[in-house]
Amino acid sequence: MLGEFTKGLIRRNPIFVLMVGLCPALATSNSINNAFAMGMAATTVLLCSNVIISLIRKAIPRGVRLGCYIVVIASFVTMVELLMKAFFPPEVSEALGIFIPLIVVNCIIIYRAEDFASKNGLLASALDGLGMGIGFTGALMLVAVFREGLGSGTLFGLKWSMTYEPAAAMAQAPGAFLMLGLLLGLFKWLGMRKKVGEAG
Amino acid sequence: MDWSWGQLLSIIVSVTLVSNYVLSRFLGLCPFVNSSDRTDKAFGMGMAVTFVMTLASFVTYLLYTFVLRPDAPLFRSMLPDAMRPYGLEPVLRTVSYILVIASLVQLVETFMRKMIPALYKSLGIFLPLITTNCAVLGVTLLNTTDAPEELSLFLATFQGFFAGLGFTFAMPLMSGVRERLAQLPVPEPLKGAPITFICTGLMALAFLGFAGMA
Repeated sequence: MLGEFTKGLIRRNPIFVLMVGLCPALATSNSINNAFAMGMAATTVLLCSNVIISLIRKAIPRGVRLGCYIVVIASFVTMVELLMKAFFPPEVSEALGIFIPLIVVNCIIIYRAEDFASKNGLLASALDGLGMGIGFTGALMLVAVFREGLGSGTLFGLKWSMTYEPAAAMAQAPGAFLMLGLLLGLFKWLGMRKKVGEAG
Repeated sequence: MDWSWGQLLSIIVSVTLVSNYVLSRFLGLCPFVNSSDRTDKAFGMGMAVTFVMTLASFVTYLLYTFVLRPDAPLFRSMLPDAMRPYGLEPVLRTVSYILVIASLVQLVETFMRKMIPALYKSLGIFLPLITTNCAVLGVTLLNTTDAPEELSLFLATFQGFFAGLGFTFAMPLMSGVRERLAQLPVPEPLKGAPITFICTGLMALAFLGFAGMA
């Protein structure tokens, strides 16, 4: 049972291994704080939608299941959006902008609903959602550490060096694509080395 | 007439080049990465997306103006007093937009299968994927609730159409690069998605040059 939780962290990490949910990962990873806020919002939606879909999985007719999933997910996204506006500083929802409502079409959430929650029980689905969500948040923050460090010369908003000249492109779109490409390559390389190690 | 030629031109330049949905707004990356390995496939996906984006922009704009906005005429008298200043927008925006998009995609699919079977055969497999393409939901949000300045129905639909063209324009560019890459000795760990992202990064760097035009 614990395996359902830990598989999302590294072995089947949604960003680096499954490669789903890349749009928000690129858009909100320009600062560590944004990445964390986005990760938490997506984790909340993922956990709640997995739980509900797992509960109603036997009542949903197969033909309209995607429509049902989308309505469940969209309702939780609206709740998260309203809660964020009510309890978080306004900068947070301003920085994430349209990427909060866009959690609805985040492939991870639909993918976990279709692939896992619609076939498994309540506890397993909740653990799966939580693990995948935390893996997603961790991956986002890893990309953000590099992008914020290189692009703005700061970490968590604090300068990490007096002499470093920030490369602004890293905080903008090109840096996001480059950094994600390099990190995907790194993870693939680590995976390949491990496989060779196991075989030999 | 509530628009000018200058406005149209600035929308075209902005959504296709300066803030291209894929390369600088990060919208619609999943189909961009997954169906850009062959040029004909990339073009088909682009056309299908453009079609749905234009229709979705039109319908969600009407929905926003007549139902969701705080000053919208329909259902206004039925709202409880506490909700009047906000209208239905905060609670129903996301749910209603995604339902509009999902039903439009379904409608377009059925219509095409009956009326234009040849086009359906070439685009059919891409159609269901469009519902979860974040560029479509993205453009409807940027047309209405998250628009920097208020647009008219015509401008919103126009922006939807050209945002789709901008997407269509980026896809074959990428597939051209990828068809070449398939023949080259790329280091094993970088094969596939990683090298695609690195190339996209370089392309985005080139598109950053358009930012000076804004």
